Amino acid sequence: MPMPFLDLQDLHRDFGTVKALDGIEISLGEGEFLSLLGPSGCGKTTALRIVAGFDRPDAGRVLVDGRDVTNVPPNKRGMGMVFQAYSLFPNMTARQNVEYGLRVRRQDKAGRRKRVDDLLELVGLGHARDRYPHQLSGGMQQRVALARALAIQPRVLLLDEPLSALDAKVRVQLREEIRRIQLELGITTLYVTHDQEEALSISDHVAVMYGGRIEQMGSPAEMYSSPATPFVAEFIGTMNRFEGTVVDGGVDHGGTRLAIEAAQGRPRGQRVLVLVRPETVEVGPTNGDGAANTLVGDVVTQTFLGPVTRLKIVGSGVDVIADVPTQKALGLPVGTRVAAVLPAEGVRLLELRDDLPELAEEPLPTAR
Amino acid sequence: MAPSAYLWLLLGAAYFLIPLVSTLLFSLKSNTTGKCCTAANYGWVIHNGDFWHTLKISFLLALETIVISLAIFVPTIYWVHLKVPKLRAVIAFFALIPFVVPPIVMVVGLLKVFKGTPDWFYAQPWGFLAGAYVILAFPYMFFSLDAGFRAIDVHTLTEASQSLGARWTTTLVRVILPNIRAAALAGAFLTLAIVMGEFTIANLAAFHTFPIFIQYVNETQGFPAGALTLMSFGITWAAMLSLLFVGRRRGARAAIVAGAR
Repeated sequence: MPMPFLDLQDLHRDFGTVKALDGIEISLGEGEFLSLLGPSGCGKTTALRIVAGFDRPDAGRVLVDGRDVTNVPPNKRGMGMVFQAYSLFPNMTARQNVEYGLRVRRQDKAGRRKRVDDLLELVGLGHARDRYPHQLSGGMQQRVALARALAIQPRVLLLDEPLSALDAKVRVQLREEIRRIQLELGITTLYVTHDQEEALSISDHVAVMYGGRIEQMGSPAEMYSSPATPFVAEFIGTMNRFEGTVVDGGVDHGGTRLAIEAAQGRPRGQRVLVLVRPETVEVGPTNGDGAANTLVGDVVTQTFLGPVTRLKIVGSGVDVIADVPTQKALGLPVGTRVAAVLPAEGVRLLELRDDLPELAEEPLPTAR
Repeated sequence: MAPSAYLWLLLGAAYFLIPLVSTLLFSLKSNTTGKCCTAANYGWVIHNGDFWHTLKISFLLALETIVISLAIFVPTIYWVHLKVPKLRAVIAFFALIPFVVPPIVMVVGLLKVFKGTPDWFYAQPWGFLAGAYVILAFPYMFFSLDAGFRAIDVHTLTEASQSLGARWTTTLVRVILPNIRAAALAGAFLTLAIVMGEFTIANLAAFHTFPIFIQYVNETQGFPAGALTLMSFGITWAAMLSLLFVGRRRGARAAIVAGAR
């Protein structure tokens, strides 16, 4: 296995009685893009600040390319950082902002100018180089901040929720540009966000954090299709969840027997959480009760999401969320009695244990 | 603008201008005949060696006070905002002390405390008096700078600068100072005005500064005192404008940005 380029080893950080980091382990290869994803207070920003050198861990080490930088001050780490907002120097133009790190490094003027021009072109702001931050929109300011961070040719690029202060359209546009530039330059990147859509769309790896720990780390597809813990299942995407007990060849949920492949091989009587993605639920007219994996109920809400419409179906003892093609949803208005069929394959089962984090009653909001 | 606004504006202008105009008319009267109008009193002031000597002392003292105050308070307030924000309230409390303690009490205390110190400090305006004026200017400098620091995101700007490789000193000089320039200028103006007009401490500590000279002329000369008062008023304003000009020449944009926040 190749040596990781960025290696966080057993990082611990306490703030009073609060454990902000409780044994974080992350290994990232050179040129890879990792997103730290989690709700507010989960420790993701603390981890990033420790990597940047703005905070010191109580225990653990930060290694970059095999070298321990845990006690190296931030100005000597060679890491580029993009902050949430308002980090551009107000007294400097876009060009001077990008040039700052190179001036500090006493690079010659001609070299500086060329690099600044190249970077401002790279972020699409060649025309705005002489503008001051207050003359730039939020999105433009973050592009300049990105160019400024890249100017010093950092070993690792750190981004601390750089899109959170921007409006939705700019956010999508800019996140794609961040990924394009990261791939173009092949720079190792650590990205902090609480927006799961953002994390899944631009990362090589996603680490979901909760309570100062990493719940699960993997590729975006793995995180979506195979959540390892109930928390990850809740946090990434929308998920139907039912508690049940393993019976022969399936799961018993409140008297309804669900034929689920994943139940095979599990001990009888094991308490499990059945996790079903809304897009895998088939919705159709009722053909009488009792069909396999079918839950019958009434459509209580319809949420238009563009190509699909999300239906909330409430039946006896169970609520199901299903995404159906919008065209089909037109034939299933609110009040219609429908049958929601859960797939036998592709359903995820998680053992319910007392030591796992408690689930929220409602799916956690994916705040943006 | 409503008619009543003009009335209030007129009353305000009269409040400030009538004493100035009266002083001007007084200063134009002949020192021998008492009749108007002659510029001889202004000539008397300009040709008086003590006028230039004391003016120079007070002006240099003001500059020294400004430099020392900025050198002490800018890094201190920066550090407090960055590292120990809880200490801000404590410093703000101490900054109020020069308002509460009368100058006469302060000078007696300072003379006692510093008695026995070397002559280059105790017997020189550049030593003892400058030290006293730094204390006197403390509240003005602190509250001006504090407002300036609160208008910028000190943490983010500092961390952004550090991540780009800058040391503390570079960050302070290239990033922080230009963005609090307007606040530093405000503190400098107030300090200049205070030092140029401070009488009690200079008098009790027996230093011959510009306000002492004005007082002396007031007691011994009639009409030239009016001329001197007006001139000192003009000189102080000219000094403030020149500070503003020097400060704005390089930091105009920074001041505009800071104001726009």
